[in-house]
Amino acid sequence: MKIRLSRENVRGEFVKKVEMISGEDLLKCYQCGKCSAGCPAAFEMDILPSHVIRLAQMGQEEELSKVNSYWICLSCQTCTVRCPRGVDIAKIMEALRLVTLRQKNQNKVEATALPTELLAELPQIAIVSNLRKMSG
Amino acid sequence: MKIPYYPGCTLKTKAKDLEDSAIAAAKVLDIEMEELPRWNCCGTVYSLASDDLIHQVGSIRNLVRVKEQGANQVVTLCSMCYNTLKRANEFFLADEEKQDRINRYMDEEIDYTGDVAVVHLLEILRDEVGMEKIKAAVKKPLTGLKVSPYYGCMLLRPASIGIDNTERPTVMEDLLRALGAEVIDDPYKTECCGAYQTVNRKDVVVTCVHSILTSAQRNGAEVIALSCPLCDFNLDNRQKDILQTYKGFHPIPVLYFTQLMAIAFGLDESVCRFELSYNDPRPLLKSKGLIE
Repeated sequence: MKIRLSRENVRGEFVKKVEMISGEDLLKCYQCGKCSAGCPAAFEMDILPSHVIRLAQMGQEEELSKVNSYWICLSCQTCTVRCPRGVDIAKIMEALRLVTLRQKNQNKVEATALPTELLAELPQIAIVSNLRKMSG
Repeated sequence: MKIPYYPGCTLKTKAKDLEDSAIAAAKVLDIEMEELPRWNCCGTVYSLASDDLIHQVGSIRNLVRVKEQGANQVVTLCSMCYNTLKRANEFFLADEEKQDRINRYMDEEIDYTGDVAVVHLLEILRDEVGMEKIKAAVKKPLTGLKVSPYYGCMLLRPASIGIDNTERPTVMEDLLRALGAEVIDDPYKTECCGAYQTVNRKDVVVTCVHSILTSAQRNGAEVIALSCPLCDFNLDNRQKDILQTYKGFHPIPVLYFTQLMAIAFGLDESVCRFELSYNDPRPLLKSKGLIE
């Protein structure tokens, strides 16, 4: 992966937006990797949570739009409670989902596309929580 | 004691076993859980976005309902409802400007001031009833039943709203011991079950749950105890999918901690609604002489 760093990216709109939505200071992260070590869903992610934060620090919107990591995130808050720098990583993952859902208007899961048998099998709590995270 | 009770949507359908067994078991301990009138969905997941006020409104409205009852405390059974309501209250308390905007948006409701305490039944059992009183209420101790408590995420994280230590909780262990069970310590007890990925990425849930269940089984568990209807669906119903992926897997029953309380208190089996379980726990409970 080739990354182009520039002042425009690092100080750009994307970083501001992620920080505004999450309420977190991205530069607080010093890349220790503790979030990635404890993430129960890391096995299915294109890049690890700590790498997601690194790309966000560098304002790499384009690169981040290609990875599945924040769509695989379970919002389980394990990273959040373990971060030695007090970064609420789960909030940053939510901000990255919302950047896509709000701006690009692309739902990850379409409620109308879910099969009837699946809807009958699932408890409401599963359907509502999924659509809250995966659609705008 | 009488306490307003917020059920949440799933407790009225697929998790009726949690509601019925909890209300009956609490009654034995002189706790009367009174369902809130006109409650609405809490949103199931707390919005993690700092600028998202609209998703807090549903939760705050429920807390207004508590105020309307003249109460300052509400009890929940579902871990997700507990987390969402409690975090919404925290969000509300943290920022006066947001409080004002939410109150003005709700308009016809009485103004909310953030003074309702959201508690989980496990906290009431530990802090108000006490394990000694619970022990004294046991008529049919769960002797010889090897139970592994599973907390999942929403009862414990983040730390500011957790009912116990985020990494080493003990409240369910203490309760199960008071009921006479043999408690199995499982290192995966606070690991996420895969949560809402069960809708569109069932494979993620299957991997997560397989690790959790086989770890508990390696440590000797015969049954899992939990408090969250989403964890329950993933840990119980998804065993059907685990069997397709992992050939050597042996199914294990999953119960709500309240069902185990009801059995230990000698209540009628009908309050446990065992028919709602995917893996029938009755053969195991019968073999231990706990049910007829």
